[in-house]
Amino acid sequence: MKSWLTTTDHKRIGLLYFWTAFGFFLIGGIEALIIRLQLAQPNGHVVSAETYNQLFTMHGTTMVFLALMPLSASFFNYIVPLQIGARDVAFPRLNAFSYWVFLLGGLFLNASWFVGPLFHAPTLNVAPDGGWFGYANLTERQFSPGPNIDFWLLGLQVLGISSLAAGFNFIVTILNLRAPGMKLMRLPTFTWMTLVTQFLIITAFPVITAGLVFLMFDRFFGTHFYVHEAGATPVLWQHLFWLFGHPEVYILILPAMGIVSEVLPTFARKPLFGYTVVVYSGILIGFMGWGVWSHHMFSVGLGPIADSVFSATTMLIAVPTGVKIFNWIATLWGGDIRGTTALHFAVGFIAMFVIGGLSGVTHASPPTDLQQTDTYYVVAHIHYVLFGGTIMGLFAGVYYWWPKMTGRLLSEALGKWHFWLQLIGMNLAFFPMHFIGLLGMPRRVYTYSPDLGVAQLNLVSTVGALLIAVSILMFLINLVRSRTSGERAPNDPWGGATLEWSIPSPPPVYNFSVIPTVDSRLPRWKTEHHGAMRDPPATPPAPIHVPGGSWWPLVAALGLPLMALAALTHTLWIVFVGGAVLLFGVYRWAFEPFEV
Amino acid sequence: MSTQQHPTVDVYLRVAAALVILTVLEVGVFYVPAFHPVLVPVLLVLSACKFTLVMMFYMHLKADSRIFTFLFGAPLILAVTVLVALLLLLLGALTLRGAGGAGAG
Amino acid sequence: MTHAHAGPPVGHHTSLGLDSRKLAFWAFIGSECLLFTSLISTYLVYKGRSVVGPYPHEILNIPFTSVSTFDLLMSSLMMVLALAAVQRGDMKWGKIWLFCTALLGTVFLGGQVIEFTEFVHKGLTLQTNLFGCTFFVLTGTHGAHVTVGVLWLLTLWVRALQGKLTQAHAMTVEISGLYWHFVDVVWIVIFTVVYLIQ
Repeated sequence: MKSWLTTTDHKRIGLLYFWTAFGFFLIGGIEALIIRLQLAQPNGHVVSAETYNQLFTMHGTTMVFLALMPLSASFFNYIVPLQIGARDVAFPRLNAFSYWVFLLGGLFLNASWFVGPLFHAPTLNVAPDGGWFGYANLTERQFSPGPNIDFWLLGLQVLGISSLAAGFNFIVTILNLRAPGMKLMRLPTFTWMTLVTQFLIITAFPVITAGLVFLMFDRFFGTHFYVHEAGATPVLWQHLFWLFGHPEVYILILPAMGIVSEVLPTFARKPLFGYTVVVYSGILIGFMGWGVWSHHMFSVGLGPIADSVFSATTMLIAVPTGVKIFNWIATLWGGDIRGTTALHFAVGFIAMFVIGGLSGVTHASPPTDLQQTDTYYVVAHIHYVLFGGTIMGLFAGVYYWWPKMTGRLLSEALGKWHFWLQLIGMNLAFFPMHFIGLLGMPRRVYTYSPDLGVAQLNLVSTVGALLIAVSILMFLINLVRSRTSGERAPNDPWGGATLEWSIPSPPPVYNFSVIPTVDSRLPRWKTEHHGAMRDPPATPPAPIHVPGGSWWPLVAALGLPLMALAALTHTLWIVFVGGAVLLFGVYRWAFEPFEV
Repeated sequence: MSTQQHPTVDVYLRVAAALVILTVLEVGVFYVPAFHPVLVPVLLVLSACKFTLVMMFYMHLKADSRIFTFLFGAPLILAVTVLVALLLLLLGALTLRGAGGAGAG
Repeated sequence: MTHAHAGPPVGHHTSLGLDSRKLAFWAFIGSECLLFTSLISTYLVYKGRSVVGPYPHEILNIPFTSVSTFDLLMSSLMMVLALAAVQRGDMKWGKIWLFCTALLGTVFLGGQVIEFTEFVHKGLTLQTNLFGCTFFVLTGTHGAHVTVGVLWLLTLWVRALQGKLTQAHAMTVEISGLYWHFVDVVWIVIFTVVYLIQ
């Protein structure tokens, strides 16, 4: 147990991320189920309006920051060092620090469900209730007097630190710790997309940090960053948020695209079609993602010039995305297809993401967007790209890499059940939302009138959500079964091309007994240009130094929620205690004898 | 760790002198009314020079690997673009459209 | 698990032939550009929008701040001299210049404290108006960064006094220098954009 608290091993940290993120995914899913139960009929009474606001806010915040990003992170952690032929990441203790801060931040945020009485609230739950994007000036103290928004802004700032630290770590890891011969254009696509994602993280998160700091100052210190009467504008929040928020959605989708780019070639037994183009498209999406943010603000009244510019940039960004889709299809075309569960999810990703992309393109036009924005049409779009896209892609990654990470195979039969139930469930849940939205049902309302004529569609959507829940249950059963009685996985159950398949499942603590020298993009495959590499020997020729664990990342991480707690409870001295814990942890960490 | 020739102490001192002179010029431009029509561009240029001198010589970017320049330069260009975009979006809205611009206010 | 070394601890193969810590730190500095730009953008967007005074031209003290600016610029000089000394193994001068850098940094902070106190007396606080909140949050964030830098440098100085900081640790000093110069560079921008362009 202690070894898990002090671990600096990227594989263990990857597993920690996975379990924690999956737990939060389930919580976010339960929040969604309650929402759907409330909306199953008009004038529902499952929850109060106030609780409903907390549910959709926490569902969004949890899914984005506590489930999808960390699930991606679990693969960054476990798989990237293996794919580049490294023994660990560049800064193992910083890696551990990122995880602990994530865990503590997530716990801090979710504690808001239970601590109402501590804040003299009339309810048990005082969870954030301003939407996952927390628009000012609803979030000002005047309009949101309780602790709800404080939990949100403090929790997000803590979580931001986790992501930033990991961002620096992975950038350096991928740039500097590659095996000999692993040139950048020989990197596996997943690692490439990870690299682009990390650059997005380190540039986008500071912007929302600034926005959140302003909000924090408004709420705690009486400043007027978003207060109209003082000459300010709430629109500044929107700009700062979406300057972060749009790159954020690419942060959410690029890793899944990377996974799909790995899974398709393996199960088509054909190299990725147009690797170079796919990589450059990913880079281009990263850059262009910075130029579209105000398409989230078409109804704000930015003026025709701004609207037109952002409309154009948004339409343009569909191009590199479309290019990837065609490359994936071309990868499968004429391939020797093996219909594993991982492949099903990867193909499902393509289909669902295209649908989400199409609704996205309709959003790109301001006139049509004015009909769609703030309605359930947008909810449909979000969920097709994030559930049909990211989640499906992540599941493809799970079914693909689980054997490597745990040494056990998942059941393909259960996997297929999971896939089909989830695919049908998600389409039942989210496709009707296109119509529900266009028929006039707004987002973020706790109920609707029977006269709107969307009751039946809402019911269908709720049934779909329940079906998704069943499919996740299948997955959980699969996970548990695999751990207890799953078939043992060989080094390479799939015939993969990349380095992670050249070592045991799970890998030894030092990963590679001998760091391989790489001379191609597909080292483990024999192609017309080169033979297959020889896998590293089973035992290392000489003892390999592996760094031990360290307590200091955990200690330092503890300082942050302490500081957040202090702010929440308006007690200054705890801020100093938290700061002292952080500084102490960092100081001991800095001067600890630790050799990678 | 391979870096090229370290700048000598002599170079550092000359950069420091340049920084001082540039600062004096900046303050001078501020106080001399004749320069006020061109105040903003001149100040921006002068401070950009100071910025560049510190980056290239004190932070060693000139002699170091270009990768460091990229790691700093790309976000810097992005940042400046964002700043200009925000100025156009928000100042345009706040001044050209006036306080009556409903969405902007 | 074994602990014998497969090679010298700081001789790991790197793909770029560059120090990982230095790479990480430049990425960090890049990231910080976005943070400060968001703060500066907000200052600029809200410039002239304050509904009540005091206003910048009534309060900003250019002579005083010019001295602060000069102080910080000189501290950067001290920093590179410190690094040069440590790189050539001259720990005596390394310690002196490190201390001087931290000292000048502290003087800068002292200047900020005096300036802020003066402003508060003249009626400009965080809450007074847009100028107040944008100014104090921007310069306050910068000041917090300077404070962290001073603590960092003093820590290095103390370790040098203890004989624990040597020529072998030149990279550590270099990275602290990168941080210090960056903080100086941000001030160059703030001085121009906030104080001189009114």
